[in-house]
Amino acid sequence: MKRTIAFLRAIVLASALAVPALSAAQAPAARADDAAPSGATQDTASAATTKVARGKYLVTVAGCNDCHTPLKLGSNGPEPDMSRMLSGHPESLAMPPAPRLPDGPWQVTAAATSTAWSGPWGVSFTANLTPDAETGLGRWSFRNFKDTIRTGRHLGRGRPILPPMPIPMYKHFTDEDLEAIYAFLRTIPPIRNQVPLPVAPPALSTAASQ
Amino acid sequence: MDVQATHSTRARRRRLAAALRLVAGLAALVLPAWAGDFTASTAPLPPTLRDTGLYVDGSMSRVRPENLPFSPQYALWSDGAAKRRWIYLPPGTFIDAARPEAWEFPPGTRLWKEFAHARAVETRYIERLRDGSWRYAAYVWNEDGTDAVLAPEGGRTGLRAAGAPEGRYDIPAQADCRACHEGARVPVLGFGALQLSPDRDPGAVHGTAAGPADVDLRSLVARGLVRNLPASLTERPPRIAASSATARAALGYLHGNCGHCHSGTDSAPPVDLLLAQDIGDAAATDRVLRSMIGRASLYPAAGHATGARVVAPGSARASVIATRMRSRDPQVQMPPLGTRIPDDEGLSLVERWINSLEPTKETAP
Repeated sequence: MKRTIAFLRAIVLASALAVPALSAAQAPAARADDAAPSGATQDTASAATTKVARGKYLVTVAGCNDCHTPLKLGSNGPEPDMSRMLSGHPESLAMPPAPRLPDGPWQVTAAATSTAWSGPWGVSFTANLTPDAETGLGRWSFRNFKDTIRTGRHLGRGRPILPPMPIPMYKHFTDEDLEAIYAFLRTIPPIRNQVPLPVAPPALSTAASQ
Repeated sequence: MDVQATHSTRARRRRLAAALRLVAGLAALVLPAWAGDFTASTAPLPPTLRDTGLYVDGSMSRVRPENLPFSPQYALWSDGAAKRRWIYLPPGTFIDAARPEAWEFPPGTRLWKEFAHARAVETRYIERLRDGSWRYAAYVWNEDGTDAVLAPEGGRTGLRAAGAPEGRYDIPAQADCRACHEGARVPVLGFGALQLSPDRDPGAVHGTAAGPADVDLRSLVARGLVRNLPASLTERPPRIAASSATARAALGYLHGNCGHCHSGTDSAPPVDLLLAQDIGDAAATDRVLRSMIGRASLYPAAGHATGARVVAPGSARASVIATRMRSRDPQVQMPPLGTRIPDDEGLSLVERWINSLEPTKETAP
């Protein structure tokens, strides 16, 4: 009995030492926020703010904006149009049919906005990730979001998510990272933008219409 | 002083909680090793169907008497495959039915479902492990019907099977099993109060009469295998409270084919559409109806104007639900998984029901 108590005491001590150490280890990641970290201040932000900051960092460096924020032509060439941040392929930009490519290694074409992609899978349009209730992720639960990334199926159970969405890589995000990304996406400005449905490749559209 | 005392009490509690979590974690690592049998969550899946305990030793056709056959009244459409189903409950255990449509199955529960097109092609297997989690497997039959072996984790596409659409049959990946089964209130689909009601729906499509040996709600309760079912459901067998025979069958069809995803849980698609019936709640059927009739669809379907209705009363043609059930374009079709061809009979039932609904001002031609 005494041994058990001593063992438990050791665990209590060990955890008392470990918990602050863990918190300290997490803090720098939480502050990896944007281009202008203050650096000098104590991290007094709440856990929620910490999570959102981490999510912002992950969304920034994982390249989400590369396809989900339309490119526009700026003075130095194409640049992300941050007034439409993460709102996906613009509803107003109706794409003509994708060019048919001859057989060979050139197989994929993309819109100048980087939000519409054509390849052997048909034509895919990048999704609206803003929290708009009707056209974005506004109604999505965290479980919906996590299941989508983990399975490569819409909402975890629906249609397949198409290229170039890097599901084979993103499915390795940890739960904590996905929670942070989801938390950040809830905080960005909602933008009403109905992204078109994907277009099936020619062989499939024929089969589907029969 | 008081504040300090409170802080130190809280800190002590936190440390104790952390210690307990650590002990629990260690226990979780050790316990499955103790169990050392099929219910250990780390044990590999049985390599053949023979090893799952479905058949008596030495046979691939004689089912062990402890594996009980059953037939849900609202069957899932699987490209016309003929199906047989069995459940096994470990001796001395029972299903807790206090929540009538979210039954609690004991660890060690096993279920099998055989799919046949002229011959048995596949048998799917679900098992509840000691830690409460579920695992899923698919066994592929050889053409002679002498053996069935574990399918690869990623499934198999286009298996040759005479009698299947285009002679081809797809074995689901384990992730596909989870996609459907883990969207529901409980991962066992087709074995619940409504599905096993002795008051079977004569209008159910693809409905089969219950076999003489099949267990149903009444026999399960009588044998003590289902307990804590609300008394009202024992006295009066569950049935969908619908206004007509067509509505009852259509709602049952949608429950059996769509309700495991459109289930109202946090993993359900984030739309208002609710298709799972909850037989313990008198208001549930009304909630299902209100979630679809006249409701604007969020789905920007080709061929439908913006603001098209999920169910446009009086017009199946204008209803998004029928459009998506009819399609087999993977980006459009419903259900999204498990079939190559639409269910004409089920679709026709749902269309008949929609057309029988009183049109509103908006949907009248």
